[in-house]
Amino acid sequence: MHEMSIAAAVVDQVATAAAERGATGVAAVRLDVGELAGVVPRALDFCFSLACAGTVLEGALLITRSVPARARCEPCGTQWAPGLPPDLRCPGCGGARAELLTGRELQIREVEWAPGPLPVHG
Amino acid sequence: MCGTADLRQAVLARNDDSARALRSELASRGTVAVSLLSSPGSGKTALLEAELALAHGRGVPVAALTADLATENDARRLARTGVPVQQVFTDGLCHLEAVMLRGYLAGWLPPDTRVLFVENVGNLVCPASYDLGESLRVTLASVTEGEDKPLKYPGAFGLAQLVVVTKTDIAEAVEFDRNLFLRNVDRVNPGVEVVFTSARRGQGAGVLLDRALAVRDGAKAHRPVMSRTAERPPVHPRDHDSVPHAHPHSVPHGHRHDHPVAEHPVADHR
Repeated sequence: MHEMSIAAAVVDQVATAAAERGATGVAAVRLDVGELAGVVPRALDFCFSLACAGTVLEGALLITRSVPARARCEPCGTQWAPGLPPDLRCPGCGGARAELLTGRELQIREVEWAPGPLPVHG
Repeated sequence: MCGTADLRQAVLARNDDSARALRSELASRGTVAVSLLSSPGSGKTALLEAELALAHGRGVPVAALTADLATENDARRLARTGVPVQQVFTDGLCHLEAVMLRGYLAGWLPPDTRVLFVENVGNLVCPASYDLGESLRVTLASVTEGEDKPLKYPGAFGLAQLVVVTKTDIAEAVEFDRNLFLRNVDRVNPGVEVVFTSARRGQGAGVLLDRALAVRDGAKAHRPVMSRTAERPPVHPRDHDSVPHAHPHSVPHGHRHDHPVAEHPVADHR
């Protein structure tokens, strides 16, 4: 389970951003998680609250948005939803040279600052 | 301080940056890193043992770093081949990260190394997310693991630049359906090469080494669809700390306030 490492990376980056801006608290962190990112949002949520303890993010909410995968064939232009497990051979021309428009995201989208450290959620 | 900040930072950005730096650092000294991903017990070590011995016999300078949760058994086995081997304990961590790898290489990796094999922790889930600065990512599956392994672990197989099937000497006994396996690999990673090996019988011996040396000498490794992500536009971090905005909304914005997900995919991990 690498969700703990992922959560720690999120906390680290947000804490750095907070320090740069002089923020003293974080209300929420909004995260985009692609369907093919290999991360389980529920496990991440659990790890996130642990990783926040004792940091400027203490008590912050993690709000994840799941991003569906979308592929586009470079040569023929067909676009499709590869699904899970992903079907990445182009359904239009049968080619193997598609690219993913979305679905691999693992990105901190937005941080909502708070006036100070928040009480820890039960 | 209230308000929000658009960070738009890839969570693994730091790892990706370290991996890129390590890759070029290794390239500048003539070394390519090959990472090996598989489940525990898939025969990674046996395969590696054979490839290292072969390289040693041919006089090709190679080295291997093997990551395990515990025990030095793998390193002891590999060291018998006569090539430099480094054992790394992850202390329970399920994967290697680029910074860790760089730390382990410092002061150890012999300068003339042409191929560095990195045996990741036996795990098909977590290591898949971390670029290690390798130039050839290899995912292994033994014939005993079932033909649907690529579908169950699309990250590991979808991002592989070479797939190696091991233990083919017992394929018949376990009724391994080779065509079904190939179809499943093709679904998550169309166009990737699949090599069939048996460390016991010597089938496919040397293929891994040959592919690694070819990449070192400039051959293009396979680019999996899953690693081809649409180009990310330049990131403009903006703070929305002053609400309402200092500029009137009648002025055309230099940026949009809705951010379609398609515009900001995660950077190419490879």
